[in-house]
Amino acid sequence: MSSRDQIQKAEERWGQTCLGKKPVPEEKSPSGIPLEILYTPLDVEKLNFLEKVGFPGEYPFTRGVYPTMYRGNLWTMRQYAGFGTPEETNRRYKNLLAQGQPGLSVAFDLPTQCGYDSDDPSIEEEVGKVGVAVDTLHDMEIIFEGIPLDKITTSFTINPTAAIILAMYLAVAEKQGVLVEKIGGTLQNDILKEYLARGTQIFPPRPSLRLIADIIEYCKDHVPKMNTISISGYHVREAGANAVQEVAYCLSSAIAYVEEVFKRGIGIDEFAPRLSFIFACGPDLFEEVAKFRAARQLWAKIAKERFAAQDPRSMMLRFFAGTMASCYTAHEPLNNLIRGTICALSGVLGGVNSLHVTGYEEAHAIPTEESSHLALRTQQILAYETGIAKVADPLGGSYYVEALTEEMAQKIRGVMEKIEEDGGMLACIEKGKIQQAVMQQAYETEQMIQKGQIVRVGENKFRSPERKEPDLILQKADPEVVRHQVQRLHKIKAQRDGQKVQETLNRVKEAASSGGNILPSLIQAVKAYATNGEMVAALKEVFGEYREISSV
Amino acid sequence: MVEKKKNPIRVLVAKPGLDGHDKGAKVVVRALRDAGMEAIYTGLHQTIDQIVRAAIQEDVDVIGLSILSGAYLGLTAKLMKRLKEEEIEDKWVILGGVIPREDIPRLKEMGAAEVFPVGTSFEEIIHFIQGKVRKEG
Repeated sequence: MSSRDQIQKAEERWGQTCLGKKPVPEEKSPSGIPLEILYTPLDVEKLNFLEKVGFPGEYPFTRGVYPTMYRGNLWTMRQYAGFGTPEETNRRYKNLLAQGQPGLSVAFDLPTQCGYDSDDPSIEEEVGKVGVAVDTLHDMEIIFEGIPLDKITTSFTINPTAAIILAMYLAVAEKQGVLVEKIGGTLQNDILKEYLARGTQIFPPRPSLRLIADIIEYCKDHVPKMNTISISGYHVREAGANAVQEVAYCLSSAIAYVEEVFKRGIGIDEFAPRLSFIFACGPDLFEEVAKFRAARQLWAKIAKERFAAQDPRSMMLRFFAGTMASCYTAHEPLNNLIRGTICALSGVLGGVNSLHVTGYEEAHAIPTEESSHLALRTQQILAYETGIAKVADPLGGSYYVEALTEEMAQKIRGVMEKIEEDGGMLACIEKGKIQQAVMQQAYETEQMIQKGQIVRVGENKFRSPERKEPDLILQKADPEVVRHQVQRLHKIKAQRDGQKVQETLNRVKEAASSGGNILPSLIQAVKAYATNGEMVAALKEVFGEYREISSV
Repeated sequence: MVEKKKNPIRVLVAKPGLDGHDKGAKVVVRALRDAGMEAIYTGLHQTIDQIVRAAIQEDVDVIGLSILSGAYLGLTAKLMKRLKEEEIEDKWVILGGVIPREDIPRLKEMGAAEVFPVGTSFEEIIHFIQGKVRKEG
């Protein structure tokens, strides 16, 4: 073993003799961390191995949440996609189940996500696009017809209307004669990032947060296998945030949710094991790996030190990641296959638990079957042909990766401390502060891309003028889908007991204004075939509507 | 040098429908402002009626629709119809977002002055607006 002094002397000698007198060009990571030309043991000498790095499957989980990582179980390859009608969705699910995939994923159309019924004339262009339309329990019954809910898990990409969709799912289970304590799945249910990036918010932030606490509380008592929320940094990253902001905003949101649930006297270990996270995988390989490692370490410390968690599962940051589409180019779209592979690699080397690879043409079109197929193949090649799944946290111990993990953790903590000083994540969103910071970062990044300071090969560097631009394939609206959906909705409205619908909607309003848990009243309304739009309208009467704060 | 107009060019950047992808709209607003224009952003989830009302109230020279949901044909047709009903002829309509080249001629037939698909530089958009509004506005 060489001593510290020996290494330092050798490094100085190397710098003088090998690097010479010419200054080394300066470099920074995309989040602005200055990078050395080389990392040595001196860069990690202050790092307490057991406290900051440790072992996978153990606190602080820097190296992964499971002891054997992918040698035990590969990450879950979960490709997200949307389908037009409840019938098509049901057929597709039965196919997937027949092929041995037990995990389903539901994408909803935007009207369902934003609380509009399919017969609302203001949204007719959007019915059945980007996902399935659900107006009443009847649609949900069709989607899961012949699929026993205790034999599968379902992931729902749904946010402000998550409580309504959950109520429908529980009602389907009951109709199937399945005990709700046996059903499992995941709700996205992360409203704070909707105000920042994804844009399906309906109600103001405070009542929205209360709905989330209602879901967490209800599931704790009745649906213990449901992952109640997936707290996302992914969407804000795609909206322009850098990797440090991505994790800082995500973990600050998690703190806001936990504190909201605490107000009900629920202990951290009663619900934190059911929290999960969503991040983006970007193309800057080492910063991304460091980001994932830092995020796990930070959450473990927050859960243990700030929230006094005892159960290690409360401290584990389990996450789903999607490869970034914002690094894709519209020119020479096949190059995006390579970008997607590298982004996926950063996720896997960073210890992702579940992964979606973005289709190569997503910069300018809706993915085709061919590109979705290639995306799944990307994951399988990484898993089975490269050997990266054989060893847990394979980059751990790299002087560079350990030093960068530590730097990322410090910078993320810095942003989170600023948010705390400004009153927490909710207050910062209400004041528009986070929105402005994301906007500023997005604008700067876009300017750097247009000036060529951030390179996009084939687009702003090495552009081939003779190459013709690709023809875009866009999903065309099928007017039949809308007509069919509206017809079904009108039929249900004609058949149901209008008096009962009104009574149950009144009870939803009462529960909303009294502050009691909203779920029991929603389940009754859902069973009376009240529509998504009617339930949202009832809640709006009590909660009001969100008004966007200008962030530009 | 083109002679400068007394008042800055006014542009309304609008997000029609439920599409929540607003990064493009917001960065374009910033770029237009940095180029000396007065750019107003409507925020998300706007109906065509709301957009036309805002355009009248704000007395803009240009209405820019940002659409990444694939609903550009229907939304543009609706906007042009409303403008006609209101007898508004002094405003240029431009589009940005995910729009295939093959549909650009149709959008121009409907009355769009120009279409800027994903990947367009700020410079192109600024240059086009300055040219249109100063020469013909």
